[in-house]
Amino acid sequence: MSAFVIRRLMQSIAVVMVMSLIVFFGVNIVGDPVDMLINPEADQADIEAAIKALGLDRPAHEQYWYFLVNAFKGDLGSSFIFGQPALQLIVQRMPATLELAFSALFLSVLFGIPLGVYAGLRPDTLTAKTIMSGSILGFSLPTFWVGLMMIMVFAVMLGWLPSTGRGETVLLFGVPVSFLTLDGLRHLLLPAVNLALFKMSLVTRLARAGTREVVHQDYIKFARAKGLSPRRVVLVHVLKNIMIPVVTVIGLEFGGLIAFSVVTESVFAWPGMGKLIIESIQNLDRPVIVAYLMITVLMFVFINLVVDVLYSVLDPRVRLRDMRA
Amino acid sequence: MGTDAPALKVENLETHFFTKAGVVKAVDGVGFSVERAQILGLVGESGSGKSVTGFSILGLVDPPGRVVGGRIEFMGEDIANADEARMQSLRGNRIAMIFQDPMMTLNPVLRIETQMVETVLAHRKVDRAAARARARDALGQVGIPSPDERLAAYPHQFSGGMRQRVAIAIALLNDPDLIIADEPTTALDVTIQAQILHEAQKLCRERGTAMIWITHDLTVIAGLADKVSVMYAGRIVEAGAIDDVLDHPVHPYTKGLIGSVPSRNKRGAPLYQIPGMTPALLNLAPGCAFRERCPRAAPACLEQPAPSEPVPGRSVRCFRPYVEAAS
Ligand SMILES: Nc1ncnc2c1ncn2[C@@H]1O[C@H](COP(=O)(O)OP(=O)(O)OP(=O)(O)O)[C@@H](O)[C@H]1O
Ligand code: SF4
Ligand SMILES: [Mg+2]
Repeated sequence: MSAFVIRRLMQSIAVVMVMSLIVFFGVNIVGDPVDMLINPEADQADIEAAIKALGLDRPAHEQYWYFLVNAFKGDLGSSFIFGQPALQLIVQRMPATLELAFSALFLSVLFGIPLGVYAGLRPDTLTAKTIMSGSILGFSLPTFWVGLMMIMVFAVMLGWLPSTGRGETVLLFGVPVSFLTLDGLRHLLLPAVNLALFKMSLVTRLARAGTREVVHQDYIKFARAKGLSPRRVVLVHVLKNIMIPVVTVIGLEFGGLIAFSVVTESVFAWPGMGKLIIESIQNLDRPVIVAYLMITVLMFVFINLVVDVLYSVLDPRVRLRDMRA
Repeated sequence: MGTDAPALKVENLETHFFTKAGVVKAVDGVGFSVERAQILGLVGESGSGKSVTGFSILGLVDPPGRVVGGRIEFMGEDIANADEARMQSLRGNRIAMIFQDPMMTLNPVLRIETQMVETVLAHRKVDRAAARARARDALGQVGIPSPDERLAAYPHQFSGGMRQRVAIAIALLNDPDLIIADEPTTALDVTIQAQILHEAQKLCRERGTAMIWITHDLTVIAGLADKVSVMYAGRIVEAGAIDDVLDHPVHPYTKGLIGSVPSRNKRGAPLYQIPGMTPALLNLAPGCAFRERCPRAAPACLEQPAPSEPVPGRSVRCFRPYVEAAS
């Protein structure tokens, strides 16, 4: 097991290194921050000084080397716009994004699995067909459009829920969260549902496909032949088997949730990383973009690791294979 | 329900599959009975409807299949029309079934312990410890070494033969009155097969358990079963006491089956093979289903033969049985 974790860790480090290279050079090739950041009216000496201060006069590979060395020290550069360390900016916005992503994940599992299992057990009923059509809508309607419609209906027309911001937050282990206050929850609901719809559809379809396959297995018939209640057959024998693909995909797609939150955060003015990155891209604020991408890569890699471990917990066959490895 | 009622009595059982292509009469008028402490061998080629017969008794035929007719009496109780709650209380408790494919019968993500203990707890008001003790004893009974440790294992940690023994142990957990064993020894090697057969016989005698032993291999049940029903294309074509049927088969199909089994006194002689293949059951033409492959087929065989008793104690569906050969 530990050999397996170490091997995965090495792979992860390699991935992070390669990504840092791609990210750094990719971002440096796009646009010239000098034009954006330095007042063109300023005299030549001021411009030179500014370029020097930002380190833009060095060759690219040297810039990359400094970037790497500093990155190890936890310094990903300072924002051209805010003058603050980029990492600090992102870390400040991260809790809002993570809260939104986890809420969406929670909603998609909470509704997706029961809906999918039901549709898998009774595929010919009207309810099942409605669920499946709904999931196609959830897949194909653009997130920003659904978000706007939700604002139209629930915020503007009905006036039930607020449409922007995080609302009242409280500190949980020093991190501001919305879901513990009533006002925060009301603010969280619309964006979380908006972000969850796509994943919920995915989980529903996965759970349905898994259920359809598993119920025809001999071991399910055997479980019934043992005289188990239908409840136990579904909740233990079926569910435990379909959780393997569901957990894998949910885990791998969690990164997708963070990526998609860019759209939702923009629509609902949710003060998270997504909103920040959009603004930074508009301003060509390179350190913030690079820092955002690096943090995201780290998160993806970390999630993958967690999924691998979870997977081996759920599926005893994987566990054994890894112990041998 | 009289105490002299047979453990199981099946009459005219019909189980059909309503597929898009048409109706598959997988079981078409099957009947037999098993007394307590008796072993019935149910023999036939692949696709003859043996497994479907077993599932029909348990009420576990899945759509598009359905039991469309017949009577099933278990210990004198009509269970063909019993409700789901009643069937659930019988399954795994009074009637246990061992499935054909040991690699597929155990749930891959649950420990053996879980899969055994739940079977006990589904039917008995005992605590977990007692259920676990029962599970351990059952594993020991089927010859699994160090059962205490093996309980914690997952199915993939067992070989096919070991898994089948676990499935057999599960069937024994609640001391059933009837065990339906669907080719339970096919995956096992010969010594273990002999051991399981011996155990089965002992169980039958000591506890009065009735058994239906499904197989396509006559040699397996030769020394085990009390009587045999030979199935072909969803029907019982010949039934009788095992020794009588083996010594003097009168149905051409049974005779072919016995001829295709290697025997010691005919060593070196080429094995007889029944020509042709099992007919597809979808939209089966009327008449004797064995007609195409039968060496004795005659124009009369275009009709469906009804069961007759050409020899005392023998039920045969054939217009031209080998009665001369038997006398
Ligand atoms: N779900 C199904 N849909 C359609 N036909 C089916 C279905 N299940 C079984 N059958 C039909 O029922 C017939 C009998 O199947 P069954 O499994 O009982 O055969 P068997 O005698 O147990 O054979 P084997 O020795 O291969 O196990 C088969 O020929 C098959 O065509
Ligand atoms: S009824 Fe005719 S075809 Fe059928 S087994 Fe008997 S002799 Fe052969
Ligand atoms: Mg079968």
